[in-house]
Amino acid sequence: MDTANDLLTIRNLTTSFRIKETYHAAVEDISLSLKKNEVLAIVGESGCGKSTLATSIVGLYNPVNTKVSGEIFYNNQNLTQLNDEQFNSLRGNHIGFIFQDPLSALNPLMRIGEQIAEGLMYHTKLSKQQRGKRVLELLNQVGIAKPERVARQFPHQLSGGMRQRVVIAIALSCKPSILIADEPTTALDVTIQAQILDLLKALQSETETGIILITHDLGVVAEMADRVAVMYAGEVVEEAPVQELFTNAKHPYTRSLLNSIPQTHSENERLEVIQGMVPSLMNLPREGCRFSARIPWIDAAAHESKPQLHEIAPGHLVRCTCWKHFHFEGEEGGGTV
Amino acid sequence: MWKTIVRRVLLMIPQLFILSLFIFILAKQMPGDPFTGLITPETDPSRIEELRIKAGFYDPWYVQYYHWITNAFQGDFGRSYTYKIAVSTLIGERGLNTFWLSLLSAIFVYLIAIPLGVLAGRYQESFLDKSITLYSFISYAIPTFVLSLIFVYIFGYRLMWFPTSGTVDVGLESGTMEYYWNKIHHLLLPAITYAILGTTAIIQYLRSEIIDAKTQDYVKTARSKGIPMRKVYTRHIFRNSLLPIAAFLGFTITGLLGGSIFIETIFGFPGMGQLFINSIMSRDYSVITALVMLYGFLTLLGSLLSDIIMSIVDPRIRID
Amino acid sequence: MSFMQISDLNVHYPIRGGFFNTVVDKVYAVDGVSMEFEKGKTYGLVGESGSGKSTTGKAIIGLEKITSGQIFYEGENVTNQRRNRDSAYNKDIQMIFQDSHSSMNPRKRVLDILAEPIRNFMKLSDQEERKRIKELLAIVGMSEDVLLKYPHEFSGGQKQRLGIARAVACNPKMIIADEPVSALDLSVQAQVLNFMKDIQREFGLSYLFISHDLGVVKHMCDHIAIMYKGRFVETGTRNDIYMNPQHIYTKRLLSAIPNIEPETRLERKVIRQDVEANYQKEQHKYYDEHGKVYPLKSISDTHKVAMSDIERGGI
Repeated sequence: MDTANDLLTIRNLTTSFRIKETYHAAVEDISLSLKKNEVLAIVGESGCGKSTLATSIVGLYNPVNTKVSGEIFYNNQNLTQLNDEQFNSLRGNHIGFIFQDPLSALNPLMRIGEQIAEGLMYHTKLSKQQRGKRVLELLNQVGIAKPERVARQFPHQLSGGMRQRVVIAIALSCKPSILIADEPTTALDVTIQAQILDLLKALQSETETGIILITHDLGVVAEMADRVAVMYAGEVVEEAPVQELFTNAKHPYTRSLLNSIPQTHSENERLEVIQGMVPSLMNLPREGCRFSARIPWIDAAAHESKPQLHEIAPGHLVRCTCWKHFHFEGEEGGGTV
Repeated sequence: MWKTIVRRVLLMIPQLFILSLFIFILAKQMPGDPFTGLITPETDPSRIEELRIKAGFYDPWYVQYYHWITNAFQGDFGRSYTYKIAVSTLIGERGLNTFWLSLLSAIFVYLIAIPLGVLAGRYQESFLDKSITLYSFISYAIPTFVLSLIFVYIFGYRLMWFPTSGTVDVGLESGTMEYYWNKIHHLLLPAITYAILGTTAIIQYLRSEIIDAKTQDYVKTARSKGIPMRKVYTRHIFRNSLLPIAAFLGFTITGLLGGSIFIETIFGFPGMGQLFINSIMSRDYSVITALVMLYGFLTLLGSLLSDIIMSIVDPRIRID
Repeated sequence: MSFMQISDLNVHYPIRGGFFNTVVDKVYAVDGVSMEFEKGKTYGLVGESGSGKSTTGKAIIGLEKITSGQIFYEGENVTNQRRNRDSAYNKDIQMIFQDSHSSMNPRKRVLDILAEPIRNFMKLSDQEERKRIKELLAIVGMSEDVLLKYPHEFSGGQKQRLGIARAVACNPKMIIADEPVSALDLSVQAQVLNFMKDIQREFGLSYLFISHDLGVVKHMCDHIAIMYKGRFVETGTRNDIYMNPQHIYTKRLLSAIPNIEPETRLERKVIRQDVEANYQKEQHKYYDEHGKVYPLKSISDTHKVAMSDIERGGI
């Protein structure tokens, strides 16, 4: 793989949490890369490890019960080796982070302007006046009409959409080269979601930021992403350019997910259902194909014993070989290659 | 905000009126009167009756109440039958003693509890946290009088660091530095004892508030800005965790006049707690009613003060 | 024929203020809503947060006080019987919630949770009750060994199915479903939606399906009402709303739904921005001077739109 243009390269990242004295990997052996000006979407259902992946990149996990191994390269530094202090010079400065719930992501006791300026205080040499000016610039940039007024307000005085704009302004304050957005629009109404997504796109084309977009919403993926990684039970099961993924998905999990979106069905048709349940962290199948339990009608021989990601077309990776034999239940024959 | 304050103050009038009526009737229902204690075989029963009539004991209750409340409005709560001085003077004297004692102990409470609570919350589950929790459980479990007696014995009698009773030594000229220092010296031991026993709630409350605040999303946001952990604590976690403590402040302030019967008795300290119990024992109605009215007023004032403090420290709360 | 009608439903909350804490204003959470329901159909109630859609559902079932308006059930005015334990209305109209977890008593077992409505509304012997509970579990596709488990032992989708089992326990005529799948993952959501359709077919249930998700509503509902600030801006069949939206608010909502075709996203963005520009420009045609939605006017047998008379004349 060509890594020269990569902004961020993740190699064999494993993050484990300690539960009752044993470590369980929530994210296992992930290798991904992010390029400049690219939106990499990480999709999966709750418990697939996508948020753990995000917090591992910026070191926002609790070091007491978390173990991270593997490599995350940014600017020739391996982030997994950094201590908290070294991380602090990257966080907010080179890597911005947007959280899911704008309601709780802002400190209720602090004025908006103060919260945006906080990062500037530590990462830049701007004077107080210059910081104030930059805050207004940022608020303007994220489409807030009366920046002077909003800067003096408290979070509870703003609507959900406005607060998310403020959170974005915080993330962008030091012009980061990477933005990690963890479900940035899940808590918002659709019209506000559309505005926020458009805003992120517009800001990206201005600043050439690489965005890692964590989401469960395939609609948001289709609107935003350039490349998509689908996660299931702590692993990436499929990675592809966005068009390829929506038109030519291969992995049984990706296909099932796409098939369970109401939009893809004519009315009154049954939605596709994946049998069984997402296994919990402590019960993850650590050997063999992790998805096999949910497609029991597929012959065991169809799975690899140690499922690997295979590049089946340029940039299109699929884990395991079961996809070649996969058909929906009741459907005839295997998948097409 | 001023409107609300005025409204709340006006609302206190009917509340206090109902309270006064209630207290007055209850006090009258108590068996016996201050003269019962004066009866000895030598006293002439008709003389007692005369005194009773003179004091208005046989008037209808509403007449008595009217006299009492109109006088009370002018700051005259009558005379104490046992102490033979005006109730307002008596309460003023005792109240001042208690006020200084409580103020000093409240300062000690916050000086001890806030750092300990903060440390316990910040270094949750550490050895330090466990020791602090142990301390606060012990201080919670020890009865007031036990600790007071131990302290009086050790620091008063054995080490002789502190005087063991009274508010000031006799013979000192009031107004001099020496006089004030002596007063503080008398206050220190009871204040510290009182404070040690009062820290548990604040320590445990603050600890759990901080542990709670640590997991809040806005702390994650603050961390994601890359500011040092120390600053995350001072700027984000502590401020939010101290809110509920601030909410109690109003009650703490008005609670300064409450007094403690155990502390005052053991340290021979003439304060409100002693006064209250003694006046009940001796059926000293005028003192009882005045004290209950005072405490009722302070409770109402405390809740108003708390609301005002909250609206100042928490921008989400606006009273208008 | 419709078996239930809602006419001019209003739920207003007073805002208190001023020196004597008097009512100075009102929040028009639900402001003159009328609907009717037919057997076996699904009615969608769509709106953004704060539109009053949940309040409408709660007012219908009696969890919210009605300021004015009437509810007729099988020809009878039941407005004041909604909370009456013995009324047929209370038995026939049931509700499922978004958060099924918090709607179940954590200290009760599945057995007790399912038995509660049966004991309230049906006079059954212990054996019959047991039988009914087993039937219910069979309906929602769960085995009998869950009977002694507690709510926290189930996943989100399973809990939602238990919520449905509880709602159908007494053979209701209608279920009000308030965001029943919003908290669920995609694949689990599909299970629950399929399942809701199955039991509808089997028992001839009607649904009032309250949701903010236009994709799910399109899949589930025959009739749809779009709600904004306590009022309906547009009502009609699925086709009326999705193929021929008339109100600017509906158009704006529809244009904001993310589509799963990445290749057309730029085109959609252009359309979305056009609609948004239009929305800013033509608001006055759709909202009166106080920003209120106009009363509904029929533009076809099934399709109603809230527009000013002037605008209507223009069509």
